[in-house]
Amino acid sequence: MGITRRDFCKSVAGSAASVAVLAFMPGNLLASWSEKAFAASKLDDAIAAKFGSLPVQDSTAIQIKAPEIAENGAFVPVSVSTTIPGVTNISIFTPANFSPMIASFDVLPRMIPDVSLRMRMAKTDNLVVIVQAGGKLYRATREVKVTIGGCGG
Amino acid sequence: MNLSRREFLRILGFAGAAGLLPGIASATGSSSDLYDFGRFGDIRLMHITDTHAQLMPIYYREPSMNLGLGQAFGRPPHLVTDAFLKYYGIAPGTPLAHAFTAINYTDAAQRFGKVGGFAHLKTLVDRMRGDFGADKTLLLDGGDTWQGSGTAFWNRGMDMVEACNLLGVDVMTGHWEFTYLEEEVLKNLAAFKGDFVAQNIKVKEEALFSGAKAFDENTGHAFRPYVVKTLGSHRVAVIGQAFPYTPIANPARFIPDWTFGINASDMQELVDSVRAKEKPDAVVLISHNGMDVDIKLAEVVSGIDVIFGGHTHDGVPQPFLVKNAKGRTLVTNAGSNGKFLGVIDLKLGEGGIREFQYRLLPVFSNELPVHQGMQALIDKIRAPYLQKLQEPLATAGSLLYRRGNFDGPFDQLICDALRQRNDAQISLSPGFRWGTTILPGQTITMEHVLDQTCMTYPETYVRDMTGQQIKDILEDVADNLFNLDPFYQQGGDMVRTGGLSYRIDPTATMGKRIDNMRLENGKPVEASKNYRVAGWATVGAKSPGEPVWDTVAAYLKDKKVVEVTKLHTPELKNIGSNPGIDRS
Repeated sequence: MGITRRDFCKSVAGSAASVAVLAFMPGNLLASWSEKAFAASKLDDAIAAKFGSLPVQDSTAIQIKAPEIAENGAFVPVSVSTTIPGVTNISIFTPANFSPMIASFDVLPRMIPDVSLRMRMAKTDNLVVIVQAGGKLYRATREVKVTIGGCGG
Repeated sequence: MNLSRREFLRILGFAGAAGLLPGIASATGSSSDLYDFGRFGDIRLMHITDTHAQLMPIYYREPSMNLGLGQAFGRPPHLVTDAFLKYYGIAPGTPLAHAFTAINYTDAAQRFGKVGGFAHLKTLVDRMRGDFGADKTLLLDGGDTWQGSGTAFWNRGMDMVEACNLLGVDVMTGHWEFTYLEEEVLKNLAAFKGDFVAQNIKVKEEALFSGAKAFDENTGHAFRPYVVKTLGSHRVAVIGQAFPYTPIANPARFIPDWTFGINASDMQELVDSVRAKEKPDAVVLISHNGMDVDIKLAEVVSGIDVIFGGHTHDGVPQPFLVKNAKGRTLVTNAGSNGKFLGVIDLKLGEGGIREFQYRLLPVFSNELPVHQGMQALIDKIRAPYLQKLQEPLATAGSLLYRRGNFDGPFDQLICDALRQRNDAQISLSPGFRWGTTILPGQTITMEHVLDQTCMTYPETYVRDMTGQQIKDILEDVADNLFNLDPFYQQGGDMVRTGGLSYRIDPTATMGKRIDNMRLENGKPVEASKNYRVAGWATVGAKSPGEPVWDTVAAYLKDKKVVEVTKLHTPELKNIGSNPGIDRS
């Protein structure tokens, strides 16, 4: 018998506490990774700060699941998965944000490269996903439109 | 003056003689009537969509402006009047030409009479079933069935559930259905005898966590994503696609637990799994995406044989063929307001559909006797409200309709009423595509006003907005209509304006389409200045004013005779000669 989704969510909820602990870690410990990339104010600077000067190529092997038009800009669900072998990192950027790097996931060898997050978007922007694998960078882009609500018929 | 039946048949014969495009199944045999064409193949699927709760026969004028841009230029459904007839090889002056276009609308409507009405539709559906063998037929409903009339509003859609049960709807999906409250939707669906399907409505994770019900807690599907129907010795999988932008285009507050979307990659996964698991003879989709979105969906998703589309209210006589990675998909759109019944006969074999015959049959009320049982149900539904519905308000001095990219005469009445009753400089009214047509000389009743306005968030507002805010609204709606990527379009038409003119370049990008905004007195609208704006149908929060139907009814009673002779179409830029406009 499978566990229901609700029970599963409830049992996982307990582990959320361990995430919160991170916030109490000394600042200098967190600062050692990606601080420059997260703080960069331009897309190219953020990518360079995160990955150095690796070449980037567009890839159709990265699947971005996100609404074409957001139901709620304050709460946009995004999932990224890829079939590129040997993935070590998946990072997500929105160029128009004051600091474009939104999230960066390190992928370990036994992990499935499939990540999800909720993000806040004040206005229409592209999601730029960079996947690092075998010393190369792969890119996919997807627009998410944020509207002021309309008059569909 | 109505046509005699003999004359009607004679004109049909003329259409048949003029000939339809080669390869298009003729809907007009030369010696028999429109609805008499025998059977073809193994199964027959019928399709209604966007009936907008029109239980009674009505008039409905098709658009004379339906612009297609980019890849959609001149492509169905973006053809109007003469360009439309030419594309489909339909002879002018025939009942079919009248059903599909706005050519000489008033004269033709007087000749050919009203269309639709569930009692007439029931007769036609039963005949299509009987001709083929009822056990090999299916009736699909694309949604927008529970909204659009006073009776549907007062019964919270339950009257339409009863009518659809009697009509014999087997499978449906939805859009305006979700403008009732979540618990009302569930109650209505419990009373619905068919299957409700939607692969793209999911229960939000946080709602699931707090105990909201789902069809499948593991996938999050709020409703059954598909159903397999056995028709004789064949099995057909019917997938549902509800309107993807329901919580954006309509209030999310009524349905807080549910999330929508196009979810094209989920669709591909579902089609693949249905084909692998169920091994059906055909996979079809009932969709409320709108035709341009359906065409793109058919390009990016393989394995769907037919998409039965709705939402954009396009009466498209023949399926649009889309080639994709693994084959082809037929994309249809079956009009609105009960005016059409789509009928496709399929010959099935190895690898799915081998041959098809499609007809989009206009439901000419005068040519189809009423079904007594359905008429009795309609009479019962209407009886408690009859006096209110039939209340005369004014006389139409000119043709009143809604459909068109930028304006319709009835919208102009609504805009005028909003401005006058709220003492506003500017008024805004949503570009809906539902609402029936009123011929010159007809009495405008409360029922007509409700046809144009009836919904669960009808409240009006009047408030100050800056010129910039007004421009932002126009730009936002224009992008929903003219974005070159159909997946970013929401359907519907441009927001209607009263007391405000503007210029639009539909080919420009978001934020750059609108300029030259002026008040009625010709003064330019200034970005930082405040203007008093009246409107209705607010999607965000409930507005404080009276329902818009009271505003319009009071205005009409005051006017007695209303005449709209000139449309407030904005100045169009960069459109050139587009087969989606009839400038005559």
